[in-house]
Amino acid sequence: MLKMDIQKVDLFYGEFQALKGVSMPIQANKITALIGPSGCGKSTLLRCLNRMNDLIPNVRIQGTILLDNFNIYEPGARVEDIRKRVGMVFQRPNPFPMSVFDNVVYGLRVAGNFNKSFLAEKAEKSLKAAWLWDNVKDRLRDSALDLPLDQQQRLCIARLIAVEPEVILMDEPCSALDPIATAKIEELMNELRASYTIVIVTHNMHQAARVSDFTGYMLLGEMVEFGVTSEVFITPKDKRTQDYISGKYG
Amino acid sequence: MRIPPRVAQTVARVVLGAATFFTVAVLIFIIGHVLVKGIPVLSFRFLFSNPEDMGRAGGIFPTLVGSVLLPAVALVFAVPLGIGTAVFLTEYTRESKITAAIRFGADCLAGIPSIIFGLFGFIFFVTVLRMGWCILSGGLTLAMMVLPTIIRTTEEAIRAVPYAYREVSFSLGATRWRTVWRVVLPNALPGIVTGIILSLGRSIGETAAVIFTAGSSLRMPSSLFDSVRTMSVHFYILAREGISSENAYGTAAVLVLAVLMVNGISYWLMHQFMKRFS
Ligand SMILES: Nc1ncnc2c1ncn2[C@@H]1O[C@H](COP(=O)(O)OP(=O)(O)O)[C@@H](O)[C@H]1O
Ligand SMILES: [Mg+2]
Repeated sequence: MLKMDIQKVDLFYGEFQALKGVSMPIQANKITALIGPSGCGKSTLLRCLNRMNDLIPNVRIQGTILLDNFNIYEPGARVEDIRKRVGMVFQRPNPFPMSVFDNVVYGLRVAGNFNKSFLAEKAEKSLKAAWLWDNVKDRLRDSALDLPLDQQQRLCIARLIAVEPEVILMDEPCSALDPIATAKIEELMNELRASYTIVIVTHNMHQAARVSDFTGYMLLGEMVEFGVTSEVFITPKDKRTQDYISGKYG
Repeated sequence: MRIPPRVAQTVARVVLGAATFFTVAVLIFIIGHVLVKGIPVLSFRFLFSNPEDMGRAGGIFPTLVGSVLLPAVALVFAVPLGIGTAVFLTEYTRESKITAAIRFGADCLAGIPSIIFGLFGFIFFVTVLRMGWCILSGGLTLAMMVLPTIIRTTEEAIRAVPYAYREVSFSLGATRWRTVWRVVLPNALPGIVTGIILSLGRSIGETAAVIFTAGSSLRMPSSLFDSVRTMSVHFYILAREGISSENAYGTAAVLVLAVLMVNGISYWLMHQFMKRFS
């Protein structure tokens, strides 16, 4: 089932065109990976999916992105609602300088939920879903900045899960982590797939091959190839994809 | 002829060291002089009893009250206005000629001698608005005087909050207002408080702007529309009119101690601020 659909999206940073007629389907409860050399527009495309590019001055976006058949770039669309439905995990773990608990329930509080028992229940559930509960259950009041990096990143995932998004966008979520922590996040993604639709940007082809169901290969702002991950990696149709995957590129 | 680096180094050290020594010495001399002459005068009675015979005898209680009320009124107006302006300039507008002009205006205002504010306050609040010499006139004048400081320090504090925090907040569906309220301001708070305390110190010590707008009545005020004399004005009058140099020093000592205390708290807060972001 189609969760999101990117249709012929162009994006300009001022004069510079960073996305050129990009189209890509995003299937529900699957992991879709975006790969490609640095600077090809992966993050830019990802940030289109929850309208984070709106925050950057002088950005112009054309085209359609459907979320459950609703165009999120429709003039009347409520950006805050879209961002609640399509959440994001950033490249560097970025917990707020608050306690672990305050971090997890941040999204709930800004949405106007202040009921203590509700928040506590949600925090526990979200931390469990992010496999962090056992690490932090005795230190919910400690500063989140004191956690090790990989726990910080899982805290960010918990913080996102707490607002019950439908789609989770991850922009190179493991680039600050060591291989063991990376493996753990990948395993977690695999489990989250059952409840969420995931789009992950990675510069690590092996990671894309390991975790994703679908893969899109981007180059210079264009979607060069998109398909089922195994096919993209084993029998790429485009010459440029072949070069990239066999390591001839960059 | 080139000076050998070693010699240059030594000369620089001596010259700079002497400059520092001189600065510190002057500072210690002034503060020490006031405290040495003033502290013996201090007593519970001096602080909390009414002045008698124009201040020649008795205490300074009404002026102490004046020195608390005036800055308090000033901050009540200046803090919300200043923080609001700073939030608007940093979070709700993109940089433009207009924001640059506002900022330039604030910087200019910050450099204007306080007596000009006093004159303006006298003409506008005391005369045009017919408020007369009173706590409110004085407080509003002080508010205008410290407003630029509060705006600029708040702006700096807000700018020091990492952009990533805002980004995450937005990505969780927070509106701009909620983001400002729950992430930006709490993280900027120590810096904002530092600015407020600096303003507090400045308005406690202010004389020129106050004497024109709050007057110099020695009676205990009973409302915001009564005239009041602050400690700094009291000191000025005692010393200038040659009423009592002893009580003048006593008042000065209280003032100096108050300002030292306020600045001490400000340093401590600044320290907390640094700790949080490192
Ligand atoms: N805020 C921005 N302003 C201007 N150009 C940008 C901005 N962000 C990214 N770009 C440019 O857009 C292109 C794509 O960037 P990005 O999406 O970050 O690539 P990737 O994530 O694939 O490495 C790059 O050439 C980059 O320089
Ligand atoms: Mg990127």
